Amino acid sequence: MDFEDTPEEAEFRAKARAFLDANAERRKPGAVEGYRRGQDAPGAMERAKDFQRRKYEAGFVGIHWPVEWGGGGTPIQHVIYNQEEAKYDVLSSIFSIGIYLAQPTICTWGTPEQRERFVRPAMRADEVWCQLFSEPGGGSDLAALRTRAEKQGDEWIINGQKIWNSGAHYSDFGILVARSNPDVPKHEGLTFFILDMKTPGIEIRPIRQISGSSHFNEVFFTNVRIPDSRRVGPVGAGWKVALTTLMNERHGMRDAPGPDVAELFRLAQAVELENGLAIDDSAVQEKLAEFYVRSQGLKYTKFRGITALSKGQTPGPESSIIKVVAANKLQDILSYGLDMIGMAGPAMGEEMPVGGIFEEALLYSPALRLAGGTDEIMKNIIAERVLGLPQDPRADKGLPFRDIPTGARK
Amino acid sequence: MNFDFPDELIQLRDQARRFLTDRCPPAVPRRILDTPEPYAADLWRAVAEMGWAGAAIPEEYGGVGLGRLAVCVLAEELGRAVAPVPFSSSVYLATEAIMLFGSEKQKQHWLPKLASGEIIGTFAMAEQPGAADPSKLLHSVASGRLTGTKLAVPDGDIADIAVVAVNGGRNAWLHLVDLKAPGVSRETVTTIDPTRSHARLDLTAVPAEPLPGSTGAATIRTLLDYAAVPMAFEQVGGAQAALDMATAYAKERYAFGRPIGSFQGIKHKLADMYIQVELARSNAYYGAWAVHTGAAELPVAASVARIAASEAGWFVTKENIQTHGGMGFTWQMDCHLYYRRARLLSLALGGTCEWKHRLVNELRTRNELIAA
Repeated sequence: MDFEDTPEEAEFRAKARAFLDANAERRKPGAVEGYRRGQDAPGAMERAKDFQRRKYEAGFVGIHWPVEWGGGGTPIQHVIYNQEEAKYDVLSSIFSIGIYLAQPTICTWGTPEQRERFVRPAMRADEVWCQLFSEPGGGSDLAALRTRAEKQGDEWIINGQKIWNSGAHYSDFGILVARSNPDVPKHEGLTFFILDMKTPGIEIRPIRQISGSSHFNEVFFTNVRIPDSRRVGPVGAGWKVALTTLMNERHGMRDAPGPDVAELFRLAQAVELENGLAIDDSAVQEKLAEFYVRSQGLKYTKFRGITALSKGQTPGPESSIIKVVAANKLQDILSYGLDMIGMAGPAMGEEMPVGGIFEEALLYSPALRLAGGTDEIMKNIIAERVLGLPQDPRADKGLPFRDIPTGARK
Repeated sequence: MNFDFPDELIQLRDQARRFLTDRCPPAVPRRILDTPEPYAADLWRAVAEMGWAGAAIPEEYGGVGLGRLAVCVLAEELGRAVAPVPFSSSVYLATEAIMLFGSEKQKQHWLPKLASGEIIGTFAMAEQPGAADPSKLLHSVASGRLTGTKLAVPDGDIADIAVVAVNGGRNAWLHLVDLKAPGVSRETVTTIDPTRSHARLDLTAVPAEPLPGSTGAATIRTLLDYAAVPMAFEQVGGAQAALDMATAYAKERYAFGRPIGSFQGIKHKLADMYIQVELARSNAYYGAWAVHTGAAELPVAASVARIAASEAGWFVTKENIQTHGGMGFTWQMDCHLYYRRARLLSLALGGTCEWKHRLVNELRTRNELIAA
């Protein structure tokens, strides 16, 4: 039992570090990685694209993919690169929909022409991608989506609305799931497309989030035309194709960025409570210990998954708990931190204790319990796929889609 | 990174699971619960014959020499089986104390007997309710003799020897006491978990043999740290068994025309139980790494393993009862075996409050977290 890299892993890590040292700025000690901090800064997209091109040329994009997709490394190398990159201030996540969701789906289900056309430009960030899946009436129940795709000659005509589309406003392409047949049960009538975001008939409206910024959008389609050559997988197989995307989305889920137990310790060492420093308070100590234990449990659960990868195995089911634990831990920690700051807590900004990260996290943390599968869906997945419990009985089972009752606003 | 047990210990775990499934089904702890028999002596003999009691004891002292990681995998399986044997007292505590702090002569004399199961050892510390803080110990040794009372000593009525914690001042804080010696009076006490017998020990001028390495109160903490890790595995094993029991019941029990496991109220509860068990298991692994390597991080790793396992054990075993509904509260169902044992193990070695304070103090002393 050890935490050491194998000689091959150590060599790869050194290569990754050398690349990052030469091409990115290492985060300052004590600085906290916020959620999309820096993404709104002027010139952020250009800098992100520039870094991504160099990362691609150095061979660190899609490391774990098969050679024919442009990869050729191993899953553990992918993990090692990401561990190292996390120590630097880079905005790679802007491109992760294109690289880690769209391309594996296209490579798995698409034609050789589609693969040839789209994979490399996405890896180099020449083209940026968004995901057009969720709808006002289809979130956790994604297969309830209503956006229509009707075949007309060699084209599909798209009408409807998508929502929660991160980066749609700066994306070149989107992966889209639409209903091609409303007369069959809901999972059987979907088809998956690649959509050029510059096609006429697309309207993108930013959604203002709790935090005040707008990282995602509503996207409306009015008679938007997609050539049949941009269909991914067979007509009516859209649900299976989308599952490939969703598996990659859940698989790639990282820890929730923001204040962790180290930041809470720093705060407790700086803040005075009624009987002296917070860190000397026995009740505070017990909470700190609880958070530390949860944080460590998460860390070592990830280590168990990494060990499986290092041995060339698939990580076990324990990895399915990471997202739900991380996001809830973040909210519990930030809330406790705010309570310690007390009456001064409402103010925001860098001059607040620990760089204002507790206040900032308050306003973005709800997203982390929703995006990529809500807590409730994640717990269903744990219960059904890991523990083998039966599915909920479904009221819409076997019904043609058009006969399913909906509660969506008209 | 290789954050897993070596293959030969994974095999040992599988063997142990098969053996205990066969030899220690729930009927065995039930027999101890329902009869005056203090422990399953037949099972203990079989376990000792397979070398489990001497798994971590080096071969030169009559052990198997598999190291402390082996004790961790065996502990998990004994926990899963709710085994009514004095394994934790004899192996994690008495044997460990002698390995850590005994003289060469003491090791040669006692370890082979403990390895073979010929004698059972235990550890006696608590003198009053409250934190297991060595500096609060009242009893001391005068002229090689010990007088005082130790409360709720696990296996105190069946053990042959006890490692007794005393206020040693500048001398040894841990002493070996022959529990068959004159001056030892033991009274079996009723506890929350009768599948593991406990006794109050009244000692009157009993000869006490110091473990020479145990100078200073900190050595008692070290012993508790070493014991906390296999104990965490035993707790995780019990929690896993309770989760398995609840999961199986949720699949077969029907209400409102469907299995109760198809209701999200039950489903999400079981997912939460799974999460707690996995986090505790991961933290126990870290503890295993620390005892295996003798790492300086042991006080932190042991505390983390201990707290996670105690909290998971409580949560999972109480929610197992809840999942079973009214039947879960009956003597007839096995839920209470896990519930009792989980709480017993989380009190042995001290409750979670004191481990939480200790953890934070360790982290502050190290200042690691702040640097990280």
